[in-house]
Amino acid sequence: MNLQAQAPLTGAETALIDLFAQRCNDLPGNAGAVSARDKAVAALKANRLPTRKVEAWHYTDLRRLLSSVPAWRADAPAKPVDPILPGARRFALVNGALAETPAVDGLQFDAMADSLRADVGGVTLEAPAEADDAVGAINTAFVSDGLRLSVADDAEIAAPVEIQSVHAGGQVHTRSQVTVGAGARALFVDRHTGTDDAVLASNVTELTVRKGADVTWIIVQEQGAQASHLASLGLTLEEDARATVFIANLSGRLVRQEVHAAATGERAELAFRAVNMIGGDAHCDVTLELDHLVPHTTSTETVRNVVTARGQGVFQGQIRVAQPAQKTDAQMACNTLLLSDHGGFSTKPELEIFADDVVCAHGATVAEIDHDHLFYLMARGVSEKTARGLLIKAFVAEIVEELKDEALVDALEARIDAWLEAHG
Amino acid sequence: MLEIRNLHARIAEDGTEIIKGLDLTVNAGEVAAIMGPNGSGKSTLSYILAGREDYEVTQGDILYNGESVLEMDPAERASAGMFLAFQYPMEIPGVATMQFLKVAMNEQRKARGQDELTTPDFIKRVREAAATLNIDMEMLKRPVNVGFSGGEKKRSEILQMKLLEPKLCVLDETDSGLDIDALKIVADGVNALRGPDRAIVVITHYQRLLQYIVPDTVHILSRGQIVKTGDKELAAQLEAQGYAGVIEQAA
Ligand SMILES: Nc1ncnc2c1ncn2[C@@H]1O[C@H](COP(=O)(O)OP(=O)(O)OP(=O)(O)O)[C@@H](O)[C@H]1O
Ligand SMILES: [Mg+2]
Repeated sequence: MNLQAQAPLTGAETALIDLFAQRCNDLPGNAGAVSARDKAVAALKANRLPTRKVEAWHYTDLRRLLSSVPAWRADAPAKPVDPILPGARRFALVNGALAETPAVDGLQFDAMADSLRADVGGVTLEAPAEADDAVGAINTAFVSDGLRLSVADDAEIAAPVEIQSVHAGGQVHTRSQVTVGAGARALFVDRHTGTDDAVLASNVTELTVRKGADVTWIIVQEQGAQASHLASLGLTLEEDARATVFIANLSGRLVRQEVHAAATGERAELAFRAVNMIGGDAHCDVTLELDHLVPHTTSTETVRNVVTARGQGVFQGQIRVAQPAQKTDAQMACNTLLLSDHGGFSTKPELEIFADDVVCAHGATVAEIDHDHLFYLMARGVSEKTARGLLIKAFVAEIVEELKDEALVDALEARIDAWLEAHG
Repeated sequence: MLEIRNLHARIAEDGTEIIKGLDLTVNAGEVAAIMGPNGSGKSTLSYILAGREDYEVTQGDILYNGESVLEMDPAERASAGMFLAFQYPMEIPGVATMQFLKVAMNEQRKARGQDELTTPDFIKRVREAAATLNIDMEMLKRPVNVGFSGGEKKRSEILQMKLLEPKLCVLDETDSGLDIDALKIVADGVNALRGPDRAIVVITHYQRLLQYIVPDTVHILSRGQIVKTGDKELAAQLEAQGYAGVIEQAA
């Protein structure tokens, strides 16, 4: 008997189910998509939103934390904003609809909505296979549009590409698919930005990095303080592929960013970095699942968190090394600067290793600002606020500066400075 | 300029009293030397002057230009013109020295109602000050004190002092860890700062530094108190007789 399924629906669950009834006829998709959406909502009804009893959600009790669901807003006024990088090409999703698509050499695109309607390019919407995939279920049910992008083999996309989801609150559900062709190089900024109005945003992105390609994927999540953001990035790394995934969580009330990555080709390399700036009443969860499936693949995972006020953070990092994946090298570290007695951070590293000749390690620390450092800076006339800011910034800047690209480092540091100004 | 009256202070954490009724006056234009055995409380006194939170003043007062500083935090004291060159300067990973210098100079200027320095002006000042102290600009690109040698750290402290132009300078064993040439360079740097509206307190164990920076007054600190005050001859006497003899005479 499933006790949880018998619990009465929460307000948020009821609102989601009602919203689906109201919206389902307007959502894009052929018969297959309709049935996938129905299944996703049925699963949501049957399983409810996950609670801490569901292992993958142990530190993020979605059922409790998603306390309300804003109404869908047809006419919310939103406009694309300047990209974070100078000279970037901007693809804009406005209130969940693809609204701006520049022509870029070496890039081909389709609207996800068109693909869902017409089965273009074999895109089929499928209800999530796993019962604990709440992000996938909500996104499948409500996805309205998104971007399908492919980078041609051997293309060097010189200008950064920003995929910008901008909204004015309400319901925003997008799904994207990006394939970087063999030997190609590109830098993407996957940006989620909005107003201070309440929003339930979900995003599912599938990123495939083909043989020998090199991609930098920067997620900038900077929605308002009332935003609930549920996102999932799927990442496949083929032979000799290299990816840097950098997540900057800079705002939001409830954030769950999942990354499901697999190194499927030999010598694939992943650098996974996350900076979580968690203040106010925010709850921010980054959950990584990484499979090393073949020999000679490498990954490093570094997560830096700053927690102030009543902020709560979570990092779950699961690395699985399959039996054939000999010579895997995986190094994971999660460091937190906890600046408030009322905040907290939970780290759950997991290494599941089935191969015997591997180098894998993980470590986690939680610290306060070093009082001696603070004293030294203040003894030179630096005010306490500025001194704390310098020390916090030093803590996160270390991994930002690894990105090397100067414009990118500047853009991210400017955002971190703004956060410190507001929360320091 | 500095007047310490019957100061009692203890370690905040465990309540151990370190400074036990200390009196000291240093006038503008004066160079005062404080000497004393290991563990007598010299560094503790310097930290208390700078406002370090690890220590609690339980009695007495510290007046700077006639006003108590006990309620001021370290940054306010520094902006008011107090400066401590640390016996053991701290390493601060991740904060670039140049950025730190710029922020410190500008925050102090801001606190005094002055305009911020332009970047070229700032760099010019650092370059000039670094040159007189024989400091390589490359070193200043590194994080604050990280990987600096003992002597480099001490020179970096004096560089900061030159750039910040404080009114009351406290140098805690700046001579330790310096080679002979560096000692001369640092002493020249300190002497250049001597002036009628500035006071300098030199904490040292050795007569040698005092041959380069000749003090107007010499004070002996023992067990948390100033037990004897004299002129530069007192330092020579210490060198000859050791603390034990001199302190006994004072008792
Ligand atoms: N934070 C602290 N915790 C514990 N003990 C302390 C602390 N600060 C100072 N002390 C103790 O107080 C005494 C005075 O120390 P202080 O560093 O002031 O001596 P000092 O005169 O500077 O010595 P030195 O000549 O070796 O530099 C010592 O016994 C020291 O161990
Ligand atoms: Mg000392």
